[in-house]
Amino acid sequence: MLRFFLHRLGLLIPTFIGVSIVTFAFIRLIPGDPILMLAGERGMSAERYAELRSLYGYDQPLIVQYFDYAWSALQGDLGTSIVTKRPVLEEFFTLFPATIELATVAIIIAVAVGIPLGVLAAVKRGSWLDQGLMGVALVGYSMPIFWWGLLLIILFSGILQWTPVSGRISLLYFFPPVTGFMLIDSLLSGQAGAFKSALSHLILPAIVLATIPLAVIARQTRSAMLEVLGEDYVRTARAKGMPPRRVIGLHALRNALIPVITTIGLQVGVLLAGAILTETIFSWPGIGKWMVDSVFKRDYAVVQGGLLLIAGIVMVVNLLVDVTYGLVNPRIRH
Amino acid sequence: MKFSRKILAATALTAAMAIGMPLAAQAKTLVYCSEGSPEGFDPALYTAGTTFDASSKAVYNRLMQFKPGTTELENGLAESYEVSDDGLEYTFKLAPGVKFHTTDYFTPSRDLNADDVIFSFERQLKEDNAFNQYVEGASWEYFNGMSMPELIESIEKVDDMTVKFKLTRPEAPFVANLAMDFASILSKEYADQLAEAGNEADLNQKPVGTGPFQFVAYQPDAVIRYKAHPDYFRGKQPIDDLVFAITTDTSVRQQKLKAGECQVMPYPNPADIESLKGDDNLQVMEQEGLNVGYLAYNTKVEPFDKPEVRKALNMAINKQAILDVVFQGAGEAAKNPIPPTMWSYNEAIEDDAYDPEKAKQMLADAGVENLSMKVWAMPVARPYNPNARRMAELIQEDFSKIGVDVEIVSYEWGEYLERSKAEDRDGAVLLGWTGDNGDPDNFLAVLLGCDAVGGSNRAQWCNEEFNDLITKAKSGTQEERAELYKQAQEVFKREAPWATIAHSVTVMPMSKNVTGYKQDPLGGHAFEGVDIAE
Repeated sequence: MLRFFLHRLGLLIPTFIGVSIVTFAFIRLIPGDPILMLAGERGMSAERYAELRSLYGYDQPLIVQYFDYAWSALQGDLGTSIVTKRPVLEEFFTLFPATIELATVAIIIAVAVGIPLGVLAAVKRGSWLDQGLMGVALVGYSMPIFWWGLLLIILFSGILQWTPVSGRISLLYFFPPVTGFMLIDSLLSGQAGAFKSALSHLILPAIVLATIPLAVIARQTRSAMLEVLGEDYVRTARAKGMPPRRVIGLHALRNALIPVITTIGLQVGVLLAGAILTETIFSWPGIGKWMVDSVFKRDYAVVQGGLLLIAGIVMVVNLLVDVTYGLVNPRIRH
Repeated sequence: MKFSRKILAATALTAAMAIGMPLAAQAKTLVYCSEGSPEGFDPALYTAGTTFDASSKAVYNRLMQFKPGTTELENGLAESYEVSDDGLEYTFKLAPGVKFHTTDYFTPSRDLNADDVIFSFERQLKEDNAFNQYVEGASWEYFNGMSMPELIESIEKVDDMTVKFKLTRPEAPFVANLAMDFASILSKEYADQLAEAGNEADLNQKPVGTGPFQFVAYQPDAVIRYKAHPDYFRGKQPIDDLVFAITTDTSVRQQKLKAGECQVMPYPNPADIESLKGDDNLQVMEQEGLNVGYLAYNTKVEPFDKPEVRKALNMAINKQAILDVVFQGAGEAAKNPIPPTMWSYNEAIEDDAYDPEKAKQMLADAGVENLSMKVWAMPVARPYNPNARRMAELIQEDFSKIGVDVEIVSYEWGEYLERSKAEDRDGAVLLGWTGDNGDPDNFLAVLLGCDAVGGSNRAQWCNEEFNDLITKAKSGTQEERAELYKQAQEVFKREAPWATIAHSVTVMPMSKNVTGYKQDPLGGHAFEGVDIAE
């Protein structure tokens, strides 16, 4: 098992280097000079431009810039934002808890709703319920997030006024962040109503972010269940006269869940990508919005540092999923 | 017994709430749905209006300031100032008894004095100042952009309450520059304290100023909290708390305003303005912005070197159609290169009438046939041009009516700005300008002066008569200067280096119970003097 783990860990290193090169190169491939962007219509003299390029190190050959960057990154310095002049790492960790909180609640919703729906569709295979559910899942999967988000805001916040429009908590509540997770901090604050307010702010963005993973999980559960339901041991269990609920819950679902767990692990990437749009729509102060803004401003340090950190997180989560999978299914280890 | 204990607890809770509630209700809070996060809280480091709203407008004051709602100058932290006869020395007397904010991270031991003023400028001016590079990559963009390093020879402390600026040349707009955001006055005592503790970067994160509101907390991308400065030198504000709820999406901002989650919002969707005006709970303020959107011909390239050709093209542009389609009503046709809210605006000038027939004739008279040209469309939306592509298409259609064939080109924004500076550039460029300091020099010299050819003068237009007038207007009294600028606008109209298209109208929707808000023609959002009616 240790060898398996070390082998997978070893694979991460070249992947990580690859990601760092790609992010470094890609942001520079987008046309647009961050310094000229900074100056806008006002412009600047050629001398001033040269001065600033050397201040930010952009006058060096790309390869030198990359190695400077990689060397600093190895020492834990991801550079400074050209826009805010603050260290990238500091900005990332201020905003990251908001994204984790949103993504966690979203994945809980996706799993809690997606798996039962998938099971239901598989059990009632071919029925109108199955077709209806899978149709809805397909719509959910193909829906543009920004449009879906705005639709929900207009309905639930605008017309019905059930939830607030955006933000993380009502402005009435004010307490210093302890963990950075609003649900926990609101409980710790001891202020009456704070937790409820935080939850009501979280629910719409979490639903929006959960939509695509939910659809994927439901579809995956359905197909895995269908496969398992046709297995001999399920038929045997049924033949023994076991109640259908036990057959599905104990025998079929347990085995069908193995590929579903992998799918859930893969959704981390989808969630972080979806967070970019969801956060922008709901003014959710996480890293998604931060990254979008930095792309528009060609803030090289933020884009490459942010992507590197996100890629690192996705890789580590996938490693953990692989390892868990290896634990569950010993054949994988070899 | 159990029952009565419950009742007791409930009564105690109710009583506690009853005591707490009125206290909370008494604090007047204004929530402003701002459009983005500030980059930081030291305004001199940045150039974005969003940052200025959150820093200089709320937290700081400057030696001079713009009268709220106008571009006219008045004294700010300076009680008075004198200019030497040669126009090279400006001596400012500071207002006495101005208090800096007392916060949980700083307690001032003294009032504002000359050291604070000198510190605020020298950190931008002198590379050896301890705060010149206190954040990585500090480039003092506005200070440099307004040519302050070349202009200021020295800043001297005459006495504790008097500061003298010596200039390298006479420059009347200098006083207006001192009202700009980068010229905000910071506390030297606070900076020294931070330097001693090795926390220099806090100067940009935890601001201390003399302004109407003091900083309480900032949660990045979410909310900024301020409270009224109790010892503000112009009196405490009518509201107790000011909150910026950062909401980047326009539609969401609008929903929040309608739901009462905030009381003021900037930058509504032009298409939604009518529906906002129809909302009984809202009021919608409008004001012409201090900007101009234009089409600059390259006057160095044939046949655009002939004023009559440029004039003919100008007469072929249907500005009303542009206002309807591109600005959706939130704009005003421009006839001069400076906006109407600016002093020295020449009302008497008549705009070229829209007359395609006459334009066609004029082109024929000038010997121009089968003209084909490029029109550059900006890739970004700006207040002075919300949709350059659409504008270019309308111009293309207008020009085709007089037999001129237009090809629309565009580049990435940075590239666009850079390439459009070239003196041999092919084509006319759509661009615009938003004023910095309310001074006409900031438009006319920057955009049309001979020195700016090959730079921000996109028409590459160097007219001796015009240039003499604006150079003379760099000194003198405001009346004398205004007269010269009016003449310069006449020359501009006659020579037509640009087609002046439009000035945008800034729209600010807010709750009906908000009073005392004044729209800033310079585009800022300040809440000094704003109240909420009960």
